[in-house]
Amino acid sequence: MTKTNLNRRDFLKGAASVAAVSAIPLSTVELAFADPSQNFTFAYISDSHIQHIKGSRFVNNWDRGLIRAVAETNLLQPKPDFVMFGGDLAQLGTKPELDHGAEMLAKLNYKTYCLLGEHDYYLDLGEYWSELFGPHWYSFDHKGVHFVVLNSILTFDEWTFDRWPTAEQRMLEMAGLDNPNGSPFMVGEKQRAWLAKDLSGVAKGTPLVVFSHSPIQKIYKGWNFWTDDAEQVQALLQPFDDVTVIYGHVHQIQYNQIGNISFHAVMATAWPWPYPRAYAQAESHMPKITVPMNRADPFFERDATGWQFINLKTGRVDMEYNLNNNTNRTVAYNPETGRPEDTKYQAEDDRINPQIHY
Amino acid sequence: MAKKTVWAACAVVGAALLLVGYGLQADEFTDKDEERWQGEFMSVVTEGRALWGSPTLGTNGVACGQCHPNAANTHPETYPKFQQQLGGVVAFRDMINWCLMNPLEGKKLALDDKQMIALEAYATYERRGVALDPGKH
Repeated sequence: MTKTNLNRRDFLKGAASVAAVSAIPLSTVELAFADPSQNFTFAYISDSHIQHIKGSRFVNNWDRGLIRAVAETNLLQPKPDFVMFGGDLAQLGTKPELDHGAEMLAKLNYKTYCLLGEHDYYLDLGEYWSELFGPHWYSFDHKGVHFVVLNSILTFDEWTFDRWPTAEQRMLEMAGLDNPNGSPFMVGEKQRAWLAKDLSGVAKGTPLVVFSHSPIQKIYKGWNFWTDDAEQVQALLQPFDDVTVIYGHVHQIQYNQIGNISFHAVMATAWPWPYPRAYAQAESHMPKITVPMNRADPFFERDATGWQFINLKTGRVDMEYNLNNNTNRTVAYNPETGRPEDTKYQAEDDRINPQIHY
Repeated sequence: MAKKTVWAACAVVGAALLLVGYGLQADEFTDKDEERWQGEFMSVVTEGRALWGSPTLGTNGVACGQCHPNAANTHPETYPKFQQQLGGVVAFRDMINWCLMNPLEGKKLALDDKQMIALEAYATYERRGVALDPGKH
């Protein structure tokens, strides 16, 4: 942990106490390089699920989560180079929800990139979202790092185009996390071809960071903690020396290492989700190295939500989870073990009671 | 005394004969009976599942399943238990009512309301097979 980070964290804690509201979930990422002048940070906010009631009324709880994440991100010092929003800005993909969410995101003082979640997509297949935020998948370069933004929540054409009588029903069917009428997420052949082409011009030593909504790994299919063509996407990423995939959707701390690829999940600003192991009727495949977030306390409205601050060091990610009603967590790439690890709780003996889920 | 015993014995035998006649023996039931009882139970579980995903249980459109897919992280097997913020040992239904009133911004249900029983039936059914562990935090 650098001095800069401590200062930033202290400042954030101070700002949070001034605001005198419950904590917000925040994730930050730090990418650092051999030449410290190339180090930079960015912030990651995700899964706000802005939910329209009617007229000018929205679910206050979810609004507060995003408002707080934006306000705290604006207080970061030193300033992040940009902010990534990781999808599910809306709950049911409507114009009022996307507009209300976009208005809140517009208060960020930084360049902001966005990606699509299923809750943004399945009403009009991302049409209005695109008017607000741009293309469904794209890439960009920043200070020697190649960033790729995927739309990983596509599914079978038959499900998308032929199965449901109305767009509203299609949206509702996909919005229920545990709905057996849903369908597995995928990047799809067309986008994978684009990705292969995009990566063909990138040197293998270039740090590569991929943003997706769903995990580009298979954890639990029943809740779509899953991307159906994950292996094919991973195969395109493995040839690079330093690859990091950062994803939302799961509303919880997860991290993993598969070959050259480090995986990090980010918190939601809206509400936490159970770990799949908490569902007694199905098996899941949570990465063994993940030390879970603390069990959520429902009596604290913002508990187990947050946002992230990310430090990109040596081309790898230090993920700082800024947790609203909890001790912040840091999951950083450990070059000695070659995987992301929690800087405080990784060893079995160091874990605490609230990290036990059942 | 002996006369009374005889009369009592006659009464018992007579009652038993009557019950046999009407097929109402308390200690015998068939596959068909069990099938019917399970069907009755599952119809309430199904109703509970529908309520679990319903945007109309509260007033703000939020549903139980948004935070609790498959009723996970509700832990019905741990109730009754001490809930610090509710100030004492409470039942699972009290916690359901807390959620109805807070995240769902709705009204609490009577503890014997059919909707309450359906919600409890669904959450408990999703937790079937897990050992009872009352009081566990």
